[in-house]
Amino acid sequence: MTGVVSPMAAPAALRGAGAWKPAELLFWTLPVIGWFAFPENLPLLTQIAITALFALSLDLVLGVAGMVTLGHAAFFGVGAYAAGMLPAYLGIGDPLLGLVAAAAAAALAGALTSPLMLRGSGLSQLMVSVGINAMLYEAANKATEVTGGVDGLPGVENTPLFGMWSFDLYGRTAYVYAVVVLLLLFWMARRVVRSPFGVSLRGIRLNAARMPALGVPVNRRLAVVWTLAAAYAGVAGALLTQTTQFVSINVLGFDRSAEVLLILILGGAGHLYGALVGAVAYMSIHHLLADIDPEFWQFWIGLIFIVVVLFARDGALGAAARIRDLIRNLILGRGASR
Amino acid sequence: MTAPALETRGLCKAFGSFVATNAVDLRIAAGSRHAVIGPNGAGKTTLVNLLSGLFRPTSGTVHIDGQDVTRLGQHERVRRGLTRTFQINRLFADMTVLESVAMAVAERQGLGRRFWKPLASYGAVMDEAAQLIEGLRIADAAHSRTRDLAYGKQRIIEIALALASRPRILLLDEPAAGIPTRESRELFATLADFSADTTILLIEHDMDLVFRFADRVSVLVGGALLVEDTPARVASHPLVKEVYLGTAQHV
Amino acid sequence: MTILFDGIASGMLLFLISSGLSVTLGLMGIINLAHGAFAMLGGYVCVVALDRYGIPFPVAVLMATLSAAAAGVALERLVYRRLYGAGQLDQVLFSIGLIFVSMALARWLFGPQPQPIRLPGWLQGQVQLPWIEIGVYRAFLIVLGLVVAVTLHRAVGVTRFGARLRAAVDRPAVARGLGIDVDRVFVVAFAIGSALAGLGGAVGVELLGLDPSFPLRYLVYFLIVVVVGGSGSFEGSLVASVLIGIFDVAGKYYVPQVGSFIIYTVMVVMLIVRPQGLFGRPSP
Repeated sequence: MTGVVSPMAAPAALRGAGAWKPAELLFWTLPVIGWFAFPENLPLLTQIAITALFALSLDLVLGVAGMVTLGHAAFFGVGAYAAGMLPAYLGIGDPLLGLVAAAAAAALAGALTSPLMLRGSGLSQLMVSVGINAMLYEAANKATEVTGGVDGLPGVENTPLFGMWSFDLYGRTAYVYAVVVLLLLFWMARRVVRSPFGVSLRGIRLNAARMPALGVPVNRRLAVVWTLAAAYAGVAGALLTQTTQFVSINVLGFDRSAEVLLILILGGAGHLYGALVGAVAYMSIHHLLADIDPEFWQFWIGLIFIVVVLFARDGALGAAARIRDLIRNLILGRGASR
Repeated sequence: MTAPALETRGLCKAFGSFVATNAVDLRIAAGSRHAVIGPNGAGKTTLVNLLSGLFRPTSGTVHIDGQDVTRLGQHERVRRGLTRTFQINRLFADMTVLESVAMAVAERQGLGRRFWKPLASYGAVMDEAAQLIEGLRIADAAHSRTRDLAYGKQRIIEIALALASRPRILLLDEPAAGIPTRESRELFATLADFSADTTILLIEHDMDLVFRFADRVSVLVGGALLVEDTPARVASHPLVKEVYLGTAQHV
Repeated sequence: MTILFDGIASGMLLFLISSGLSVTLGLMGIINLAHGAFAMLGGYVCVVALDRYGIPFPVAVLMATLSAAAAGVALERLVYRRLYGAGQLDQVLFSIGLIFVSMALARWLFGPQPQPIRLPGWLQGQVQLPWIEIGVYRAFLIVLGLVVAVTLHRAVGVTRFGARLRAAVDRPAVARGLGIDVDRVFVVAFAIGSALAGLGGAVGVELLGLDPSFPLRYLVYFLIVVVVGGSGSFEGSLVASVLIGIFDVAGKYYVPQVGSFIIYTVMVVMLIVRPQGLFGRPSP
């Protein structure tokens, strides 16, 4: 092989791939706008941020690495209970310590379940994820002395954040706390998916059969991202516990697993931002529908599932990209390509 | 005498009652270009799958440089210098050419577990990927998405991905399948440039290509080795003419 | 002994409903998580027919079966067929959507409360056999389950329709080439799957209860049967259902503090140890 470095060896577009685009910075002004625009609704906005983090965690396994799971609430729940038990039983009320403990507990659950998930593929993988979720739900349901069972685990008291900001009645601290954690974890996820490791995960999603022939231990990589995503989901669960000061058994519910899947698909899987956009869209729709029609909102949510599958399969970001392409083609007069 | 680069001993693979590979003893000397030919259904691709570790043999062993690798998985054999291409493209449709080749290069450099710095910031990886792409004369497609490329170009990427792992032993499963004769000539010329000291095991249908490219030829029939010799002598072997070349001319 | 009997009875009921899923998910390969919605439909039709219109039980059950089949045909024609080529994820999302819609409709029409069912006199009471006292209703479930099992076994295993269905699923192009109307075969199969759900849902109201959360509550159970029994195997579904019924009833009776945990564990272990199920063909 020759030692000549070609002129295309430094493709500027790729070198700059790590930089934040203006559109991204614009997106992150939304939480600030939300703070000023909806001061009465901060608890709802906090919920959105938590849901976004949960969907982001699913995007790591499903959107990036291509593992289909219908039991992601398992890890959300583990994190939620971990963050609840720490103050309730050990009297450790520091929220940051709670997050770390939740992440560790969920990561452990992820590491333990990853061999089960990686045994099969396709339908059996999906079923395993449902089974694990159901097992944990039932365990939490029956271990009433520890979890409170269906009555939930009340009285989760957290000490002030950094010893300075206590969780106030209006949810101001909670909101800022949740958004900052989301931003921090998003930034990390963004780095991870652009790294060699992240690119190899994309490779596995696009063609899992080729990767071993490039020297990639596919199952080991998937086990790592499964564990990482579990930790992310655990943090999301912990945020819910800390901001609502209560753990309901619903944190482990099958509906939650199904819902987060819809949110991710609604926003568009594999882009990270899809998870955030999906969470904002879904939670807003949910909130509005439940306001307008408290009896019947589930019908509309179900209808959204159906419509998304039939007509908007690549999600909001995909739809946006198609509209953008269309406009660009119209302006440039090239006509619709593809 | 040093151990052959790649060797099989009594290699068998059965799918139920169907024996796809039958007691194959193959020795491929380091640096040689060894072709395996045979009629359709002779078990050529099965052999490649066994050598690369995609399949586990029913019995028998596979050795790289004299070391038994029968129990090693595909990725572990790649680490030991054995890489393959696929008869049917296995590419990364949504990645650009540069991205997918850079990914393969990063894996070879052992960077696949790095999770913090962007892949594009690893200069050594990007340079090597760019060089490889240029060397294979597909530089103009470097930033195109794989799915948007013509089949002939995709076929070259299939090979580029394998070369990215800098194999000492390269298994080529019909690399020129489905591309026009003139292009396949070019492809083989490039391959010859790129892999001067690589041991190559080639599966190919085009006899002209085989006889020009290979220095040894094995004939596989019904999963078993029939003959192994130089191209010229295989071509004139009466048994080979009967079972293989006789039918091949009608295809 | 009674527990064993009850276990077999609830296993048979589970089989009645799940055998339909064994057709749509097992044979046709559609991840139809909304299977329980068809069973719920059957349940409501049966209850309404009995209570509001005083229709005799067997006729009400027949109506339930037919209306679930009709709903199955309509949905197959309208939407499910568009999903045959789609990925698992689409099928999962779509069928979950269907579950939500069905639950909301059920709550809107009938309210959130559980629906009581008045079984006809001939299904009530106990029969004293020499060694055991058995409930007539449960005995009825067992007999019905066996009848359906034998019928299905003959229908799919022996008749030409069964052969056509398998051909249409495994090699649609070849099947078309052989003159098989693949679309028609799929509609019929889907109708059968839904009808079985409706039948099971109707006769099962007494045992399983009936309220809008039905499709989600029992979803995992239906899936377990298909998973443990092996895709598309009715023998497998039957054995798996009965085993699960016995385990579940016995588990809840002897170790109530563990509840359904055992069943879920069985499912996961089964998937790990024997992904093709008890009677399934190993996938190629």
